[in-house]
Amino acid sequence: MQPLDLVPIWTTILALGVFFYVALDGFDLGVGMLYNFAPDRSARDLVMNSIAPIWDGNETWLILGSMGLLAAFPVAFAIIIPAVYFPVLLMLLALIFRGLSFEFRYRDAEHRTFWDHGFAAGSALAAFAQGVVLGAFIQGFAVQGRQFVGGSFDCFTPFSVFTGVALMFGYALLGAGWLVIKTEGALQDWARALGRRCLIGTVLGIGIVSLWTPYVDAHIAARWFSWPDIMYLSPVPLITAVLIWYAWQSLNDRSEYGPFFAALGLFVMSYIGIAISLWPMIVPGHFTIREAAASPSTQAFLLIGTLFLLPVILVYTAWSYWVFRGKVRADIGYH
Amino acid sequence: MQLDPEFLSRMQFAWVIGWHILLPAFTLGLASYIAFLEGAYALTKLPVFLNLSQFWLRIFAISFGMGVVTGIVMPFQFGTNWSRFSDAAGNVISPLLAYEGIVAFFLEATFLGVLLFGRKLVPPAMHFLAAVLVAVGTLASAFWILATNSWMQTPVGYEVIDGRYFPKNWFEIVFSPSFPFRFAHTVSAFYVTTAFVVLAVGAYTVRRGQSPAEGRLMLRLALWFLAIFVPLQIVLGDMHGLNTLAHQPAKLAAIEGLWDGGNGVPASIIGWPDQTAERNLGEIAIPNLGSLYLTHSWGGAVKGLKDFPPDQRAPVVIVYFSFRIMVGIGLLMLAMVATGLILLARKQLDRTQWYLRLCQFTGCLGFLAVIAGWTTTEVGRQPWTIYGLMRTADSVSPSLTGADVLLSLVLYVCVYLVIFPVGVSVMFRIVRRGPAASEEDSPIGSGRPKSPIEALGTPEGAR
Repeated sequence: MQPLDLVPIWTTILALGVFFYVALDGFDLGVGMLYNFAPDRSARDLVMNSIAPIWDGNETWLILGSMGLLAAFPVAFAIIIPAVYFPVLLMLLALIFRGLSFEFRYRDAEHRTFWDHGFAAGSALAAFAQGVVLGAFIQGFAVQGRQFVGGSFDCFTPFSVFTGVALMFGYALLGAGWLVIKTEGALQDWARALGRRCLIGTVLGIGIVSLWTPYVDAHIAARWFSWPDIMYLSPVPLITAVLIWYAWQSLNDRSEYGPFFAALGLFVMSYIGIAISLWPMIVPGHFTIREAAASPSTQAFLLIGTLFLLPVILVYTAWSYWVFRGKVRADIGYH
Repeated sequence: MQLDPEFLSRMQFAWVIGWHILLPAFTLGLASYIAFLEGAYALTKLPVFLNLSQFWLRIFAISFGMGVVTGIVMPFQFGTNWSRFSDAAGNVISPLLAYEGIVAFFLEATFLGVLLFGRKLVPPAMHFLAAVLVAVGTLASAFWILATNSWMQTPVGYEVIDGRYFPKNWFEIVFSPSFPFRFAHTVSAFYVTTAFVVLAVGAYTVRRGQSPAEGRLMLRLALWFLAIFVPLQIVLGDMHGLNTLAHQPAKLAAIEGLWDGGNGVPASIIGWPDQTAERNLGEIAIPNLGSLYLTHSWGGAVKGLKDFPPDQRAPVVIVYFSFRIMVGIGLLMLAMVATGLILLARKQLDRTQWYLRLCQFTGCLGFLAVIAGWTTTEVGRQPWTIYGLMRTADSVSPSLTGADVLLSLVLYVCVYLVIFPVGVSVMFRIVRRGPAASEEDSPIGSGRPKSPIEALGTPEGAR
């Protein structure tokens, strides 16, 4: 009997896992970046409390994403991660500072300003580093056999630095959307005002990256601009334009959930755009998802547990968001 | 001088795992302890249990947060610095690592949020369940990460195709020969580590006399717990050692400092192993004792280091001494527990100042023993990443230069030297404020401030 082909299932799970990470840690990294712009300390306390109970769970998707990559496409993990050695290092160190600031700014109050800056700068640096990883991934890597053979600084190019900055704006937009949901009154107005600036930055980022991408990779250019692909792909920019319009409207009217979900929609469209451009490559130019796939036994063994556990995780994650639903309060702490 | 990416990558891994392991060593036990306290409070409604739970939760939040952020670093090390190992072994170890994520990390992270922030938002039974699930999460995490490590120590259930390892039998891979022993020995070690910290904090609290009920309860709970777990840990350690003899004889020979194998081997008590001269300098050894405790017979056969080629021997000095440090600490712990029990039986425990003071100093013993034990098993595995199969030298990422790794190592060192002292000082500060402080700043207590976070935010405020 022909064994069941699990590669499409794993591709879907990994794609969803990475997207969950981008969406969830994206908004709380965004909140972190906006944090230091908050008008006063009680506002900053509220801003931080809006993500304090959930950031840890959000960040767990990063582990799932990296381990999912290792499990589903081991050779891709072995090539991509060393190729982005320094962005990964920066991201990890930034996440350390940012994660610890939640506790340390209360407990180590003499150095509160240091930890406040650590939280904001750590969030910004982590977002930037992830954007560099994305840019480097789109550009591709120097590969020989099954290993990355380029230099550890090859990943830093004008293009990848630009995608780093663009992702910072995108995450900040998600964060502003989250704060609109979680706050009210003057603080919400503040979040809306910042959200408008982040939207402008995000739109410029998406636009410039979209124009730049076909120049860094001829394969992508060929895919985008050949007939009939161009017809199938045309909904992507059209839907994106509608979402941008809706994001702007909802930031300006009284919509509570509009800005966040419009921002999320922009991420979905960008994600689809990247997936269309690179499909079916997992290491652009070298390994397709099928060539890089783990052994069928590895895929099957992990799938058994994942199919059972992933829905459970989603249910209790949703439950914890429900527990902490509504406008953020100043007194939920345990400190 | 030529910078060696392999050596520096090993230093980096040792640095990040060495600091990281201290945190699960503490939080695994603490999670179970808090679940116990929450359960005891739910059953008895005695405020002392609630006070203690809230007190330890504040410490748990910090140590767990540090464990999370230093833990995220770990899986990335496999990719950044050990990519050839990841490519070769990915098909076997990746599901184990991924299961740690989907079974343990999500459980811990999600329910920690509920445990810390949800006391007023969810029913008490749900809050207790959250405490239990966090504890279960920590145990599940230990299960999968030690399954991964154990497979690297005692690989079975695989086949090799083109120099890469593929799974043949998942049950054998997860439950590799050293796994049951390593899991039991490590979890027990982590429990003992936490209990010694609780003992130290209990002794401090009793001595200071501010929360006498809480202090006395901590002392007694820790002491009774240790009375069971320290002897148990020694037995588990012996069983783990015998397992090493059976499956990793070269490592065991390094632990023993045994160069010449044979029948009726001596036990080396102390000496200086000289790797080039292949003998121990200034050694004190007891004839036949080695065979006696390793094979449980007077003339039992044990392999020595000379039975293995020099390029298949671990750095003997490190393994030899780290093992002796671990065993020495174990014996010291036993003496501490025995003394405490005698004082308890004579009803002098709470008044014996010298013993309480000593307890404060022995609070760190578990951590030292964990580091020593981990060093023994990991350095003892060298020169292999997968014991007997794949060399550490063949595992490192080919693209890295020595300068790359030196730079990243320096950055890890700098960051960890900021966060660990701050974290430890912050935890000490919570201990100094004592369990009683929870009454004034807890949202549950009687004197509920309008905005506790705001009040606490001011150093001269509620603090």
